[in-house]
Amino acid sequence: MNAEWRWDFAIEILPQMLLATLNTILAAGIGYAIAAIVGLLFLLGQRTPIKIVNIINREIVEFIRSTPLLIQLFFVYFVLPQFGITLSAWVCGMITIGLHFGTYLSEVYRGALEGVPKTQWEACRALNFSTAYTYRKIVLPQAFPIAIPGMGNYLVGIFKDTPLLSTIGVAELFHAATAVGGYHYRYLEPYTIVGIIFLTLSIPAAIWIRKIEKNVNLAQGKIKKEQF
Amino acid sequence: MSYFAFLSEHGPTMLLGTVTTVKVLICSTILYVIISLIFGLMRLSKNPIIQGTATAYIEFFRGTSLLVQLFWFYYVLPFFGLSLEAFTAGVVAIGMNFGAYGAEIVRGGILAVPKGQWEGAFALNFTPAKRMRKIIIPQIFPIILPPAANLTVELLKATALVALVTVVDLTFEAKQINSITWLSAQCFGTALLIYYIISRFFLVPFLRWLEVLAARKVGKEKI
Repeated sequence: MNAEWRWDFAIEILPQMLLATLNTILAAGIGYAIAAIVGLLFLLGQRTPIKIVNIINREIVEFIRSTPLLIQLFFVYFVLPQFGITLSAWVCGMITIGLHFGTYLSEVYRGALEGVPKTQWEACRALNFSTAYTYRKIVLPQAFPIAIPGMGNYLVGIFKDTPLLSTIGVAELFHAATAVGGYHYRYLEPYTIVGIIFLTLSIPAAIWIRKIEKNVNLAQGKIKKEQF
Repeated sequence: MSYFAFLSEHGPTMLLGTVTTVKVLICSTILYVIISLIFGLMRLSKNPIIQGTATAYIEFFRGTSLLVQLFWFYYVLPFFGLSLEAFTAGVVAIGMNFGAYGAEIVRGGILAVPKGQWEGAFALNFTPAKRMRKIIIPQIFPIILPPAANLTVELLKATALVALVTVVDLTFEAKQINSITWLSAQCFGTALLIYYIISRFFLVPFLRWLEVLAARKVGKEKI
């Protein structure tokens, strides 16, 4: 086998790879949107005053968090048809990623809500604000900047976990690379290109998130202009 | 087929796979701890070349997906004449990937050691190496262990990926049994349960115990 990097081959497969990248970005976006909503549901389960709901919620979250995403994907993909529910690989993948990362995001939300000082709540009580008004005007605007770093990290995290979707046959970037590699029996270029595409997308994303974090903190008066 | 019949027939195979999973877990944990200590220290070096190397390494491994790195190690390295066994490739890929995350934790831990300790060691005329080894490093463990524990649980979950480069671990066995019997709920359900048990009843208590131990070593009793 020759180890030489072949530019002509790399350029030949590049359009195909870039097209598949769109699928990867789409998968990450949809997965993140589902995860953000699922996270809210888990947060609700955690904050309801009914004890039994809290306990069940916590156990579900613990279970999903401590088992591999890969097997969860297989579970959803292979088990649901046994019960007569046949979903496409795309839908299965999105549901699983949404559930898996929803548990993580619910922890981020919880941390952010708990990060708002108790005195803020007490002041609202003293001013006779309703609970809804307290959340909308006082608590959530302060919780949001605390949640941003965590939420951003999991966006990048979901993006980096999308290659797992290729195992159940979602045609994203990694799937395309494996297919191209298998067809030409050259894996050097496809997998290297995948790595480069991931780097060029995830590093700017991380920098961008850090910038948003600073902007929000600036707007909240947490840091001064000089520090920016 | 009842679940118990399934377990008695395929349980031993899955347990064998579990042994491999635990092996991968232990080997890659050792590797990632070593790498994160080395690169965490390199990241704080004053020498721009050493620091740049560490930064490049960390950004590279954190910026790309673990699965991509794993496949790269297993399928691409042979093109360069370096053939790794599947198990070795898996351990190296996971160790290097998590080492990059761990290095950031170590860096944060070293920076979090109170300034007075640095000044004290400086005032006592310790050499920089001795200051690091005798004063700073022993104090970082209570700081870095809680985040490192989270990372190690993540690592346990990541070991499932080695099945995709043909390491015969728990995930691989579950997939194999599934393709023979088509009892998907039983196969993957059992695999999920085993991972959960390893994490909840073995790995997490062990890491908590380490945290208590580290806190006691520096005289910060933890309840």
